[in-house]
Amino acid sequence: MSEPTLLHFLILGAILFALGIFGLLTRRNAVGVLMSIELLFNAAAINFVAFAKYVAPDGLAGQVFAIFIITVAAAEAAVGLSIVMLLYRNFKGIEVDKINFMKW
Amino acid sequence: MNLLIFYTLAGIASISALMVVTLKNIFHSALFLVLTLFSVAGIYVLLGAEFLAAVQVLIYVGAITILMIFAIMLTHQLYSRNLRQVNEQVLPAAFIVLLFFVLSVFTLVKTAWPLSQNQMPANNIFELGRLLMSEYVIPFEVVSIVLLVALIGAIVISRRDKEETSK
Repeated sequence: MSEPTLLHFLILGAILFALGIFGLLTRRNAVGVLMSIELLFNAAAINFVAFAKYVAPDGLAGQVFAIFIITVAAAEAAVGLSIVMLLYRNFKGIEVDKINFMKW
Repeated sequence: MNLLIFYTLAGIASISALMVVTLKNIFHSALFLVLTLFSVAGIYVLLGAEFLAAVQVLIYVGAITILMIFAIMLTHQLYSRNLRQVNEQVLPAAFIVLLFFVLSVFTLVKTAWPLSQNQMPANNIFELGRLLMSEYVIPFEVVSIVLLVALIGAIVISRRDKEETSK
């Protein structure tokens, strides 16, 4: 058995990214949308770490940026979920297609 | 051997990610999200990023999914089991996503990546800490401000107003 190449990891990232976009476009539950966004973050982070190993191994910049991605994901989850709680309190539901009061 | 491990982890990650976006019960989606994040942590180990794998398990699996599950339980409605979980754009979305996937795989295969023959530094975690405190110290500080702002923002957004609590 040989080693996995850069392409393997990039295609895995593409699969996760595509599934995340699918969830983002089709989910009605706001928490489901946030979970799809987490999938997108993970796909991007896998690409960064793969490039850090195969393309620019001496700087480790990819791993540093993956840490920043995880930090931003944590911040996004905190703010997003508090918005979800606020929506639930005001609308008694978190179906994103019902919450269209800002639509002109 | 490593290739076999990669295929196992990638298979688990892809299938459970599919479950995350398609399952009807949102709580089961959250549990499958945990599985996806765990196998992504395994992928990080395979890529020689042990510290990132630990951070992934601690922050994603330990904190973010717990937050998600809390939010699901707090916003749970008795009738939500019968509620439609997807909107009416499933078919166009699937088509566009498939198109995107095929295009991106095509591009990834066609591109000549400038592969480097160098090895990663042996003491990975040491090097990462040194970089965060020297070369990347400004992004590091900015990201800590982002976390602080998110913390304050989450409190401000989810707090009840005075008149709302009095009635």
